[in-house]
Amino acid sequence: MILFLAAAAILCAGGLSALVASRSARVASCLGAGSAIVGCVLGFIAAARALAGHTEFLRLAWDVPYGSFNLGLDPLSAFFLLPVFGLGALGAVYGSRYLLAFREKKSLGPPWFFYNLLVAAMALVVAARNGVLFLVAWEAMSLASFFLVTFENEREDVREAGWTYLVAAHLGNAFLLALFLLLGNGADSLDFDQFPHPAKSGVLFLLALVGFGTKAGFMPLHVWLPEAHPAAPSHVSALMSGVMIKTGIYGLLRTLTFLGDPPPWWGWTLIAIGITSGVLGVLFALAQHDLKRLLAYHSVENIGIIALGLGIGLLGLSYGSPALVVLGFAGGLLHVINHAMFKGLLFLGAGAVVHATGTREIDRLGGLLKKMPLTGFTFLVGAAAIAGLPPLNGFVSEFLIFLGAYRGVAAKGAGLIVPAAAAISGLALIGGLAVACFTKAFGVVFLGEPRTEDAARAKEPGLAMRIPMALLAAGCFGIGILSPWAISFLGGVIGILAPFDPGVALSNASRSLSSFTTGAAVLAVLIGLFAALRRALLAGRSVEAAVTWDCGYARPAASMQYTASSFAQPLTDLFGLLLRTARHVAPPSGLFPSHASLATETPDLCREQVFQPVFRSVDWGLSKVRWLQTGHVHLYVLYIALTLVVLLAWEIA
Amino acid sequence: MNIAGLVHVVGALIFAPFLLGLINRTKAIFAGRTGPPLFQAYFDLLKLLRKGAVYSRTTTWVFRAGPVVSLAAIVTSLFLVPFGAQPAPLEFEGDLILFAGLLALARFFTVIAALDTGSSFEGMGASREVQFSALAEPPLLLGLATLAPLTGSLSLSGMLAGISGGTWLRAGPALALACAALLVVFLTENARIPVDDPNTHLELTMIHEVMVLDHGGPDLAFIFYGAALKLWVLGAVLIGILAPPQTGLFWDATLRLSGMAALAVLTGIIESTTARLRLVHVPQFLAGAGVLSVLALLLVLR
Amino acid sequence: MNMWIDSVLVFLVLTNFLLLGSRRLAARIRLSAAQGVLLGVLTILVHADNIGLRTLLLAIGTMTVKAGIFPWLVRRALRETDVRRSVEPFLSYTLSVLTGTLLLGLSIWMSSRLPLPGSQAGSLVVPVAFFSIFAGLLLVVSRKTALMQVLGYLVLENGIYTFGIALAYEQQLLVELGVLLDLLVAVFVMGIIIFHISREFDHIEVDRLSTLTDYHP
Repeated sequence: MILFLAAAAILCAGGLSALVASRSARVASCLGAGSAIVGCVLGFIAAARALAGHTEFLRLAWDVPYGSFNLGLDPLSAFFLLPVFGLGALGAVYGSRYLLAFREKKSLGPPWFFYNLLVAAMALVVAARNGVLFLVAWEAMSLASFFLVTFENEREDVREAGWTYLVAAHLGNAFLLALFLLLGNGADSLDFDQFPHPAKSGVLFLLALVGFGTKAGFMPLHVWLPEAHPAAPSHVSALMSGVMIKTGIYGLLRTLTFLGDPPPWWGWTLIAIGITSGVLGVLFALAQHDLKRLLAYHSVENIGIIALGLGIGLLGLSYGSPALVVLGFAGGLLHVINHAMFKGLLFLGAGAVVHATGTREIDRLGGLLKKMPLTGFTFLVGAAAIAGLPPLNGFVSEFLIFLGAYRGVAAKGAGLIVPAAAAISGLALIGGLAVACFTKAFGVVFLGEPRTEDAARAKEPGLAMRIPMALLAAGCFGIGILSPWAISFLGGVIGILAPFDPGVALSNASRSLSSFTTGAAVLAVLIGLFAALRRALLAGRSVEAAVTWDCGYARPAASMQYTASSFAQPLTDLFGLLLRTARHVAPPSGLFPSHASLATETPDLCREQVFQPVFRSVDWGLSKVRWLQTGHVHLYVLYIALTLVVLLAWEIA
Repeated sequence: MNIAGLVHVVGALIFAPFLLGLINRTKAIFAGRTGPPLFQAYFDLLKLLRKGAVYSRTTTWVFRAGPVVSLAAIVTSLFLVPFGAQPAPLEFEGDLILFAGLLALARFFTVIAALDTGSSFEGMGASREVQFSALAEPPLLLGLATLAPLTGSLSLSGMLAGISGGTWLRAGPALALACAALLVVFLTENARIPVDDPNTHLELTMIHEVMVLDHGGPDLAFIFYGAALKLWVLGAVLIGILAPPQTGLFWDATLRLSGMAALAVLTGIIESTTARLRLVHVPQFLAGAGVLSVLALLLVLR
Repeated sequence: MNMWIDSVLVFLVLTNFLLLGSRRLAARIRLSAAQGVLLGVLTILVHADNIGLRTLLLAIGTMTVKAGIFPWLVRRALRETDVRRSVEPFLSYTLSVLTGTLLLGLSIWMSSRLPLPGSQAGSLVVPVAFFSIFAGLLLVVSRKTALMQVLGYLVLENGIYTFGIALAYEQQLLVELGVLLDLLVAVFVMGIIIFHISREFDHIEVDRLSTLTDYHP
């Protein structure tokens, strides 16, 4: 606990000193990044100790009604602290180089202050054991990330994105406030351990689902996500996408521990949300042209996969099947870590691409693997991991969720089979579409010939940006190969969520995974064998270089390559009803057409069809009471006085 | 690891190209031709392995890694499929998920190797490949899910060994539907009519073939061999359901081998008698396979 | 025996799906004829323990009417209106098939909830009957040509027949007579409508009938 507090203190102090030292970009970077790295390393050690079984609590008095400074580090908290501090440190290393590009235009003190504040607030959210403290930390987290999102606030789209994010975050907060008030109804304080047994757990579950789901990015509450994540600087995108949205998952899980035995419909709801978020997330990702926006939609998809895992776990609790509980929760939780790794990696890679070429448009890139070999290789690892391919970590967590769903199908119980079968087909479709999406993203950005001058001039970023990417890529391999050992750490976490000892079921899963690693070893040996065979066969023979075969066309050009839009077009057309892609076509005309163009754009369905109409009608309704706002201060005082009098009268009567 | 199961791996490595010969011979008979020799695929492979290579200047190491990784992934998937009552070398709960994952890995590398050439034709083929295989994924995994409640097992070896004549009597319609769904997956994944035509010679209409246009020499041999093995491995799963073991090792092996041959002949017949679907109609075909697998599952669970 | 009944019912479900996904008029008519044959076989299979004259007659009658007369009528209407092209439906074919899957799930769920008397035909017959009814309704709602709507009604009626055969055999004749009568009327009316519409407007798309309305926004 002392380590944890020290970490938080170092983060805050470092952030403040960076703010003070704003004048010099280099000093601010050193202070901000240095303290973030030191704080995160300390915090990581504290979290690892807690995960290994040293559960610790700390209670300090706090002069806030219902509040207390009540912290706890149990395995569940510690588990979510790992990505907070892990990715926090790597993001800081990366950011120390990445942000320097802005030093001519911007002061670097504020972004480092808010970065450190964001990491500290996330740590506090996960460790808080009091409702008031939790909400304060939650708000600090939202605000810090808001200021990071609006870092490039001179751009119109960034301000727009920040505004959307701020509104969405606070609408979510309103639900959380209601949730905690209802949870603590009748207790002296909002300490988590003093919550009485809840009466209407269904309502509380729904409140938590909406409140935390807004942060996590469940469809259709995800609308802020594809706006805000691309707008932020890349290391912040990585932190937000990789870790911050997971605090929503943490909140949901923590709330579940208060609510008692779950009825089956909770699991069904989560599975339905998971399939919707997963399938629609990856479909919208396919239709995007902006690399970071594509990645942001994939966060929605992966949150969907996590929700599927949690849903299966909940169904296991409802129907009393320990195997299901362990597989579902283990898969979902492991995916939290895995997603933090590969999504962090991919955002950092995208940041390196933006850094080198100045554009996020996929169709303006190409051929970057030759210029940026390490970025390209790590991006490939991340792409294969997020597509759920063996032997990487993404496959392992999806494997556990799949296995849970198959267990559900084999269990023969009507309430279990339908959602389990739906989960299988949903996950299968998500996996297939993710392969499509990431072959597109990697293939068009890194392979082929550069499509523009900017892409042709790209070069590898500095060492501070390469090291975090290399480490994360190694982590993707590591968790994949060490999976049987890695999931043994989940026992303590699942023990908090389930009323039984998960050991037996966990060791079963671990056995499957160790066979899987044997398969991975076979794969590795075979790859080596075939590569050696190929080398031996080609040794001493003629190996020539030529142009790509293009059906005899004499003058191939880079602009003739297949674009990302064309690549995704069959799938986006197939699901056109959902995506509603708008096309702007200027067809060629005449015998010697001089100009022709085709532009497509896929706005978010929920934003266009659900939220905008609602907000417009609210706007319209409120404009009817606009006459109240006269601009005369004395009238405002009158309103306040009138309100007070009315309230007083109501209270007396 | 189950050493005896390795016999199947070795057998598949030897016999897989023969299936291609059988398919082509069937098609030739239907067309009234003599057709190439049954062992033509072996000759082609040997010829390709003896050649040098030409690489496009656009390509990178990804292009060279593509065939190697794809072939390795497909050979690894062979380790998961049992043959007869003999369990696979690698058998564990959920190995069917790894099976699907390995096929996806092979596809991923074939596709990015195609994109590495920068050719618009190969991009087009890659785009179609990812679309169709994405839609083929649910029928594959749901079709196999049908076997889980029937046999009470979650590994491919357990599932296929658990099916007996009795299972067919008890749940014949469901199994037949699952097999139909898997047959569609088999045809799609192996780039066969009615989804793709392995014999087409126009780049614009190809799917799988166009993705490998730029490969040559040993690389192309790896790709051909990988395709033959993929045909075998998916066929072995299908035949495993259709021809349940139980009769002793020798008869099992005979039954399976003749089953594989029959499947190759059936593929030839399908290719000779049906027309290729228009590309925009393929998703409906695959959705139909998905419906079949859902129906199979509903029948088992009711 | 149950396995054979199940197989026939599965084929019934498959023909429904094919009807939802098929693009060719001729194929659709063949499919609805196939449903007639299946229903005839089903009639015999369900009452296989005591095949009487009535069962036989009913089976033969069903097959003649559903697999012979109706398809012939529809084909004739087709010939007279001389419609060969297929009109894209309101709901695309792929989506119709996927909607069909949902409807199948709905039928299974509904039949597990409804307090129906047990049947000797196995537990699959009620969901399949429901599904046929739903599929017929879906066809009627989502297709544009009057001809497809006639086929939709036929499918719907097949569902009702399946229901009757399994659950109300005692009143079978009554049920069936009533249903057949309904249907004859429907087919004749539709036949006349199709014929006249085509004479007046030269095509048989229902949604263009909306131009006949008084309401002009």
